[in-house]
Amino acid sequence: MDVTHALAAGMGGIRTAGDLVGRMQMTRGMRLTQAKRYVADKLGCSVGDLSDSYAMEQIRGEKGLGRILDHSNLHPGEPNAMTAKFRIADLLGIRINSVERFKAMAGI
Amino acid sequence: MAEYGEAEAGAEGPTGTARGGGVTERRIPARMGDGSLTHMTRSELRADIEEATQLGARKAKAEPLSAGEIDHVLDIYASSASFTAVDIGEQVVLSCDGGGSKMTGTDILDLLESEQRFGQDILELWHIEYSYKAIKTILPFQQQVMQNAQLMLTAPIQYGAQPNLAFYSRPDGPVANWFELLPRGEIDAARAAIEEAMDYATKDFIYVGEGMLDAGADGLDFDTTGGAGDGDFLSTLTAVEHLRAGHPDAGIEVGMAGEFVIGVHGELAHRGRRLAGLWPKGQLEVCQDAGVTLFGPAVNIRTGKSCAWNTAYSLTVIKPCMEVATIPVHPNVGEGVCGVPVNGYPPEDAVSRAAKAHVEILRCDGL
Repeated sequence: MDVTHALAAGMGGIRTAGDLVGRMQMTRGMRLTQAKRYVADKLGCSVGDLSDSYAMEQIRGEKGLGRILDHSNLHPGEPNAMTAKFRIADLLGIRINSVERFKAMAGI
Repeated sequence: MAEYGEAEAGAEGPTGTARGGGVTERRIPARMGDGSLTHMTRSELRADIEEATQLGARKAKAEPLSAGEIDHVLDIYASSASFTAVDIGEQVVLSCDGGGSKMTGTDILDLLESEQRFGQDILELWHIEYSYKAIKTILPFQQQVMQNAQLMLTAPIQYGAQPNLAFYSRPDGPVANWFELLPRGEIDAARAAIEEAMDYATKDFIYVGEGMLDAGADGLDFDTTGGAGDGDFLSTLTAVEHLRAGHPDAGIEVGMAGEFVIGVHGELAHRGRRLAGLWPKGQLEVCQDAGVTLFGPAVNIRTGKSCAWNTAYSLTVIKPCMEVATIPVHPNVGEGVCGVPVNGYPPEDAVSRAAKAHVEILRCDGL
């Protein structure tokens, strides 16, 4: 069922900008249209690009926002996971809880 | 009964001949609310949709779907396609309560798979016990998993569990069992028991919620809220207010258990608004007042009705939410709610139709 929903109606998570739009809904309570517009403006792309995996794969790579990794799609030296979340927090102008926790524990 | 993909005898094809000799409509594969396959004509599907929206409008004191919306739902359901989807660019955010691949016991691998393979937008760490009362006893274990998962994933991860107020009543909990007191007519004692349970529950929700936010969670999910009635709902709203005050950036999702709040107590109110009997619009409004950031309405499936009927009913009772929402609305399209059959393996044709209908008719913010 999770796969069905992802294919039928989901933005695509980190394959696209679904996680970024989701973060604006969670942290700011933004409705979908507002959240998509906000993220598109921050990325410098169109709203349509946000759920286009072709466009977002390149944009995420350029901005170091984390990409899908598999054996034919490896990006050593590029930010992902926690390191990408540092960049996402800066890009979106939001506080990401785990990033703040990481800084505190690492003494940054 | 006809086999999958076959029409019933005597009624096959758009110009088929009925047993009586008249021209009949083609029968289209359709699902019932229990997930079983049936075949219905376009006219039968339309009749189901029209009946459901009238019933939903009457019960929820809402407007029925418009003629255009009925046609739209009909077009989605009067199809033999094994799968359907929203248009390119119209995709919405998926907040996955109890989500992931449900490979229990593999928390972080499950989350990684959800992010890297399923492409879920908002992930959720959860435990098979899935009640705040139970999670309290294993909080450090869940905190460690959350902390580790946050190091390894990019997508937001919320922590989810259910309020389950009834777990605070005997024999599972410390409080008198109001479901035993009520049938005996001991109304005052039952209400007192509910209020005592609410106090225990709210403290647990806050304890677990703050613990998971301390471990790095991006948000919390109160899943299946109101399952034990208005006391269940109010104890959740009270916890949300407390958590919101201390964590202004945290996502807090409240997903409902059913289409209206059952008045088990009957006199409970949030900021002066009686909770018993609230339909999705009222539920959303009190959630907004409490500081919720994602609201998930749930509309229960009628297993004896078609999925087209159930989806039309769901759309009708949820639609008033969309007019007053100041926060994202993510209808629950899980097993047994909002047009998705009650089935451990909900058929993909039915699930994808429910998803498409809710996104395109409601213009909702996510699922």
